[in-house]
Amino acid sequence: MLNSIQQLGHSGLTFFQRLGRACVLFAQIVGGIPGMVWRFPLVIQQMYSVGVLSLLIILVSGLFVGMVLGLQGYNTLVDFGAEESLGVMVALSLVRELGPVVAALLFAGRAGSALTAEIGLMKATEQLSAMEMMAIDPIRRVLTPRFLAGFISMPLLAAIFSAVGVIGGNFVGVGLLGVDDGAYWSQMQAAVDIYDDINNGVIKSIVFGVVVTWIAVFEGYDAVPTSEGVSRATTRTVVHSSLAILGLDFILTAIMF
Amino acid sequence: MNTRNTEILVGLFVAAGLAALFMLAMKVSNLNVYTNDEGYEVIARFDDISGLKVRSPVSMAGVRVGQVSDINFDGETFEAIVKMRIESKYNTLPKDTSAAIYTAGLLGEKYIGLEAGGDEKGLKDQDRIKLTQSSIVLEKLIGRFVDKFVEGSDDKK
Repeated sequence: MLNSIQQLGHSGLTFFQRLGRACVLFAQIVGGIPGMVWRFPLVIQQMYSVGVLSLLIILVSGLFVGMVLGLQGYNTLVDFGAEESLGVMVALSLVRELGPVVAALLFAGRAGSALTAEIGLMKATEQLSAMEMMAIDPIRRVLTPRFLAGFISMPLLAAIFSAVGVIGGNFVGVGLLGVDDGAYWSQMQAAVDIYDDINNGVIKSIVFGVVVTWIAVFEGYDAVPTSEGVSRATTRTVVHSSLAILGLDFILTAIMF
Repeated sequence: MNTRNTEILVGLFVAAGLAALFMLAMKVSNLNVYTNDEGYEVIARFDDISGLKVRSPVSMAGVRVGQVSDINFDGETFEAIVKMRIESKYNTLPKDTSAAIYTAGLLGEKYIGLEAGGDEKGLKDQDRIKLTQSSIVLEKLIGRFVDKFVEGSDDKK
């Protein structure tokens, strides 16, 4: 009995310790952002590995998610004779929910895990300590550019996801199922609001970008410097960021819409 | 991979992202319907506006000329006060223009349809549209129809 309570207390303490360390690290990373203006090539280098390399998976899955939405939406809407509203359905579900959320989940799997593994290995092979020996702050040199790259890339990836998805829905709905092209776009334009829908979707993706890269960078920096520790940290990154995305999405949706 | 190629690819990536945002804004959303110019505001009182919302379209001859900017309730006359913002390029509407609330399609959204009168003076900012026709509430209409039908069948007996 007492042991289990002690166990609970121990895991609680560990959790709050980690949370505290994560917050301190976040403050340090954000503190390093102004200095990035002079070292922007570092950010560009990271945007290549975080953003450009994630592009393919985002494009392909965006296209397929849009196509599936078109297909499923058509089957449901045609029962009510409202297949002209297909564009509205596809665009709203992509812009409000699926674009930011699915893009962030893919981003966590594709880019977040790579970030954690990279930073964790840097720690395991003592590259970070070596930097400190040379009086280079590893947080500003290694973590901040990666964080900033994720923060910039995530909204762009989510926007690309939504745009490609809308085109995919158009391809299935108009091209294969025979919905009128003009109705698809005009109903969509009438129903999707730039502030309520698009803006809030972009805000969501910015929040997800911050959270996912924060978790990824922290897990890497906080990893136990062994091969097992790095692999655990990588797993934790994917699990924690996915849970954080889905939980935050609910909260954000409740606030926004 | 040398730096130059990386930078070019990142540049393309950012450009694609911004293009996607631009497409979402222009092609998917209603941004191109918004107008920057403030236009002028006219007021109309309706007995019943059910279904009308702020930013509902105001159209004339089927062409969108503005949008509903504000909806209020007058506690004394129990009427709805609707303010509409008309784009400034449509500044030749006659003073006796009438306004009615219509439905786009059978179950679509409500909009205000304006119909021009014959007055030579034009509508100005904060003018009131005097001739109005309320929105048609489907339930009321069906109710009236059913009443008529029952009355009619009683007469025959």
